[in-house]
Amino acid sequence: MSEDEELPDLVGGSTRSSNSTAVSGGGDQNYVSPSPDQVLENVIENVLYFLTSRHDRNAASLVCKSWYHAEALTRSELFIGNCYSVSPCRVTNRFKLIKAIAIKGKPRFSDFSLLPPDWGAHFAPWLRAMAVSYRALEKVYLKRMCVSDEDLAIAAHSFPILKELVLVCCEGFGTDGLAIVARECRHIRVLELVDSDITDDEVDWISCFPDDVTCLESLIFDCVESPINFEALERLVARSPSLKKLRLNSYISIRQLYCLMIRAPQLTHLGTGSFSTLEIVAQGEQEPDYISAFAACKSLICLSGFKDINPEYLSAIYPVCGNLTSLNLSYANISAEQLKPVICQCHKLQTFWALDSVSDEGLQAVSAACKDLRELRVFPVEALEDAEGPVSEVGLLAISEGCRKLQSILYFCQRMTNAAVVAMSKNCPDLVVFRLCIMGRHRPDHVTGEPMDEGFGAIVKNCKKLTRLAVSGLLTDRAFNYIGQYGKLLRTLSVAFAGNTDLGLKYLLEGCPKLLKLEIRDSPFGDSALFAGLHHYYNMRFMWLSSCKVTRHGCEEVARQLPGLVVEVIALNEEDKETNEYVDTMYLYRSLDRPRADAPRMMVRPPLIVGKALYKYKAGLPLAGLKISRSPCGSMYLSS
Amino acid sequence: MAHQNDLNLKATELRLGLPGTDESEDMVSTAKNNKRASPASVNDSGLNSAAKSADNETSSASKAQIVGWPPVRSYRKNNLQPKKADSETGIYVKVSMDGAPYLRKVDLKVYNGYSDLLKALESMFKLSIGEYSEREGYKGSEYAPAYEDKDGDLMLVGDVPWDMFMSSCKRLRIMNGSEAKGLGCAL
Repeated sequence: MSEDEELPDLVGGSTRSSNSTAVSGGGDQNYVSPSPDQVLENVIENVLYFLTSRHDRNAASLVCKSWYHAEALTRSELFIGNCYSVSPCRVTNRFKLIKAIAIKGKPRFSDFSLLPPDWGAHFAPWLRAMAVSYRALEKVYLKRMCVSDEDLAIAAHSFPILKELVLVCCEGFGTDGLAIVARECRHIRVLELVDSDITDDEVDWISCFPDDVTCLESLIFDCVESPINFEALERLVARSPSLKKLRLNSYISIRQLYCLMIRAPQLTHLGTGSFSTLEIVAQGEQEPDYISAFAACKSLICLSGFKDINPEYLSAIYPVCGNLTSLNLSYANISAEQLKPVICQCHKLQTFWALDSVSDEGLQAVSAACKDLRELRVFPVEALEDAEGPVSEVGLLAISEGCRKLQSILYFCQRMTNAAVVAMSKNCPDLVVFRLCIMGRHRPDHVTGEPMDEGFGAIVKNCKKLTRLAVSGLLTDRAFNYIGQYGKLLRTLSVAFAGNTDLGLKYLLEGCPKLLKLEIRDSPFGDSALFAGLHHYYNMRFMWLSSCKVTRHGCEEVARQLPGLVVEVIALNEEDKETNEYVDTMYLYRSLDRPRADAPRMMVRPPLIVGKALYKYKAGLPLAGLKISRSPCGSMYLSS
Repeated sequence: MAHQNDLNLKATELRLGLPGTDESEDMVSTAKNNKRASPASVNDSGLNSAAKSADNETSSASKAQIVGWPPVRSYRKNNLQPKKADSETGIYVKVSMDGAPYLRKVDLKVYNGYSDLLKALESMFKLSIGEYSEREGYKGSEYAPAYEDKDGDLMLVGDVPWDMFMSSCKRLRIMNGSEAKGLGCAL
């Protein structure tokens, strides 16, 4: 399917008109006296220049053609929520002046090994297009994309004024690539690597930064699992007077941290590295005065790291506690007793991440001290279904009673009650994000034995600002009925091991008009539920169903009825693809592009041709015009 | 189910390895050898029991670890606990090619066997490797895939059974065909 086909243009406007004039920056050089329309267009361009929100800009671009053009020429920041929803060249044809781009690739469930590793989301095609059209690019933000060392090299060469590079949950590159960025990107201010899988190519990339004063403001590399040349890092920090954010990896000892801190007391965000002694220290050697190093950092508001913490050193952070707005102890396996003296000083804390090792008692201390808390995340030390579980409904209840301004919570636990969840729904009316993960599948309220329907029902009913929800525990269709009934602002929903019948999914698809991202695994939803969403799929970024009860036929039917969708059917095992009644995974998303050629699995679009082609392939007959290949993971894919 | 079929064949299979070591003790999530993320094998217990009460379900799948559950990123899990040899971590080895400026990385667990791996390497480095034969190695190609094993020796890829290769390969190297002539001879 080509770009010229009549499709609802999901990003606003239709194909460009050819009436560009010299004034609007198009190719023509013939100057003509401006008409009233042209004057209007100039005015609009100037006004639109001030519009920053992409939602506002999308709306503006739909008003009429001239607004569409004006908006396209003045947009400088681009957000691509799904890298396969639109082709890079379509983007570069429309927008000419892009300075900042954010691209998201794989669906979130890929973080949990639910997607084959070679699924796609390559940065390369975007890079190719942008290297030609956006040479003035300053900011690149990528999430869940595959980026190679070559990509980084090409980016460094193609974007001479690149200032910010942020890679979140990315993979495919290594310290080789980092070395290139350090060496070639002379204007780099922000280099942030977050939760990414970075190969150790045994390259000293820190030494590759230029020798003179740098304009570095943010250097975040806590996920880089390889040793760092500390002396080079120390010199780098010393010659980076603008450095405000520094997050070290676990190869940096607390002694080394000390050296860095005394060189950079202006830091606002610090990731402390291992926070323990890694070196062999001579007997009787004086321990540096860690407390004074922290005391010198008067601007420090965000503290993280503690990757390998020696709890004895925790008291060193006391001087900054009173100023902290964000504290991330989610790698620190500390007890309630160890947490209390720290947290009781954190009066201004708004964001707190911790491990469940702090237990309900630790959370009670948080509740008592952190009255301004907005975001809480409690991660499990043991991510197993039948582990002990030191946090429970007691901790949740305490937080709800003490932290009334709570907006976002992610809570892993082994047991929970409806009563505590209901209490939170009433105590914390500002909740925007509620993600509760009861780690035992299908686990009911451990006091009453009831499903967790009422708890989640109360959340959607009472938290009127809720846009993101993740459910767990034993849930019947009733829970979904509540969500459909009350979750009118819900945009993101995550479901696992829940529901009884197709009705569950139907309630969601029929009831939640703002639903944008829906990810469901291991729930008994089938084809008839799938069809209940046909009216809505064009308004969604994606829907993911894995280990549910949808069939190949159901997927093909959806693809048939909605040509603007790509319906990917992913089989993780060769054998299962042939024999299973239900598909392993269905991932559907709206797209203005034809099915991608880099897919490692069967693409179910357009469905009729694919169905017939596969049938012919099985019978051993040659196929005209379609190539079938196999990917390393054993799945087949078709390309033309 | 799948395990039981495999078990019958495995009893008579000729393998290099200690007797008594086989994959039947593996967690359900690695039902298929070499493959990552195989929820298919736990589909039955997962789907059927989704509609049943918790009691039934816990008895049938009590010890099985479900892939991707609880939903904690492996990066986070690995940082907290000592790395266990579990189904979710891959076997990553670096791949270098003589003359290429960049190292790549592959996860051996993703591949079914040698032919899959070689095809992936061919497409990764844009070259052709040719057919393997025990006697003559990779005849008919300018490139030969070699690997460094646990003892530091350079071996030709394909000489040993796949399983043994997976556990002993530390690093892959795509060599020029001429240089590889010395490899692949009798052990």
